[in-house]
Amino acid sequence: MAATAQVTVARHGGVPASGGRAGLGGAVRSELTKIRSVRSTYWTLTAMILVTIGIGALFSFGHAQAFSQLPAGQQARQSAASIAHAADYSLFGLILGQLIVAVLGALTITSEYSTGMVRTSLTVMPRRGTLFAAKALVFGAVALAAGLATSFASFFIGQAILSTQHISTTLGHPGVLRAVAGGGLFLACCGLLSYGIGAMLRHSAGAITASIALLFVAYILSNFLPGSWAQHIDKWIPFNAGAAIWENVSAPDMFSPWAGFAVFAAYTAVALAAGLILFRRRDA
Amino acid sequence: MIEARGLTKRYGETLAVSELSFTVQPGRITGFLGPNGAGKTTTMRLILGLDRPTRGTVTVNGKEFRQLARPMQEVGALLDAKAVHGGRSARNHLRCLAEANNLPLRRAGEVLELVGLSDVAGKRAGGFSLGMGQRLGIAAALLGDPAILMFDEPVNGLDPEGILWIRNLMKALAAEGRTVFVSSHLMSEMEHTADHLIVIGRGRVIADCSVADFIAGNSVQSVRVRTPDPVVLVNAVAQAGGTAVADGDGAIVVQGLTAERVGDLAFTSRIPVHELTPDRASLEAAFMELTAASVEFRAGAPGGPPGGGRAADSGSEPGPGGGEPVRAGGVA
Ligand SMILES: Nc1ncnc2c1ncn2[C@@H]1O[C@H](COP(=O)(O)OP(=O)(O)OP(=O)(O)O)[C@@H](O)[C@H]1O
Ligand SMILES: [Mg+2]
Repeated sequence: MAATAQVTVARHGGVPASGGRAGLGGAVRSELTKIRSVRSTYWTLTAMILVTIGIGALFSFGHAQAFSQLPAGQQARQSAASIAHAADYSLFGLILGQLIVAVLGALTITSEYSTGMVRTSLTVMPRRGTLFAAKALVFGAVALAAGLATSFASFFIGQAILSTQHISTTLGHPGVLRAVAGGGLFLACCGLLSYGIGAMLRHSAGAITASIALLFVAYILSNFLPGSWAQHIDKWIPFNAGAAIWENVSAPDMFSPWAGFAVFAAYTAVALAAGLILFRRRDA
Repeated sequence: MIEARGLTKRYGETLAVSELSFTVQPGRITGFLGPNGAGKTTTMRLILGLDRPTRGTVTVNGKEFRQLARPMQEVGALLDAKAVHGGRSARNHLRCLAEANNLPLRRAGEVLELVGLSDVAGKRAGGFSLGMGQRLGIAAALLGDPAILMFDEPVNGLDPEGILWIRNLMKALAAEGRTVFVSSHLMSEMEHTADHLIVIGRGRVIADCSVADFIAGNSVQSVRVRTPDPVVLVNAVAQAGGTAVADGDGAIVVQGLTAERVGDLAFTSRIPVHELTPDRASLEAAFMELTAASVEFRAGAPGGPPGGGRAADSGSEPGPGGGEPVRAGGVA
């Protein structure tokens, strides 16, 4: 046993006996370390920010160009409507940004399954509801922070472009601050919706496909609905409901901004609840 | 202490473990032995609450695993070395585990040093070799300095030095009074490591005893001897009450006497001995015989029990390589 004597597990006094019950606080710190210590987080968030800003800028530029080519009389008549829509133009990139944050949301949980890490995570934190909540809180906070940064950056860059034609708006205009902050809320909600779907499906490719289908394909298909249906169904499509909050001018037949967002948040809550129930019940 | 009572787990049609009842005691290494598919991994997953039992209960220190206040300080487990996010560095992997149980972060460095991974602490775990991955898994298990350790086939993929290292580690952990529960499908591995054995086959416990009892109860005493003067030895063995049979390879296999006794006989008979080996195969054979009825995937047609061929005797049909059975009385 001479060789074994040097194997001392607890070297420097070991582990304090009273660290308190392992709970949500530790789980949140643990998840924060997890999300910060893999490169995919940075790649995905960078992609989300650049794509959203880029498309918003492009859309704003296109609109400014079109506006500049109008005859002077028409410009005068068009100007007020353009200013009312100025926030929407600059935030248009959210339509693709939502898909990228959905990828990150799904990966937050599906990567635990694809790597096998979930078995380790559950042996150090066997209270599954706590683990699930910690993941949702950390990812939700990261997505919200990155989402707000994305939305505000898109807004300011888009307005700078539109201001060349004097059709830009400011945060002081009624509804504009709500729309821009709403863009961040929308992105965080998209990510959490996808996180819930990820917990249900446990497969990266499957969860990402399902989220994109729900957020994007359903929206595209809704554009092909016959007019009489569209009136009643369109506003319930997840993207339409969620987008109401970042559109300064509500489209006809759509929910008002906060009502739409409440519907979208309810979808997210359903996905999270279903994900949590399955996460607790199933063998890992 | 780990206690299973009537533990049963069914996956669809497959009954993975059935009515398992056993207790794993502290201060010793308990080997959990069974052929492939016997239910070892399933049992460990049930202990950790990864799977829910269909029936029965299993507790750790009297509590369900999910109820443990600080799981890492009570149980450290290595189920498979792959249960790591490959994109994370070894240090960050251990760090996020430590944080989950409010452990001091210095523990990550300590256990990395203990398992010999300090030099690669900042490297991505995805690039680790199988042996390094196994060491990282062991580091994670030791992180909380737990009183109970569980390892599922820990020597998989380790080189001889790594195997020796882990054996010594387990012995040291048990000597410190910890509960060590380790699975294997090799009797020869457990024979040198474990103090106690729980043998399962097809999801049922078929033996629960000390290693010494298992050896005494199941192995046919046999000793392989090589000597230039076989006739003298064969006579001496016969007089001492044993039997000696030529094994066809120039050696003599003695049954009914211990290796020590055979050595003493050679010494008192003043004959040189070139080899004196207690036969280990008999224990592996005993294990295989014990679990044979419960082996799930079996190759070939059923023959005699493994190792049973040694029972052949009678002087007829001498084999080609001088494999003629040497009976003590006959040669004299
Ligand atoms: N998730 C699962 N779904 C279906 N069947 C399973 C599952 N896990 C295990 N089994 C089955 O349960 C039985 C026991 O498997 P288990 O992995 O526990 O055996 P084992 O003793 O660990 O084997 P090995 O030595 O090969 O690791 C096997 O028949 C296996 O096919
Ligand atoms: Mg196994």
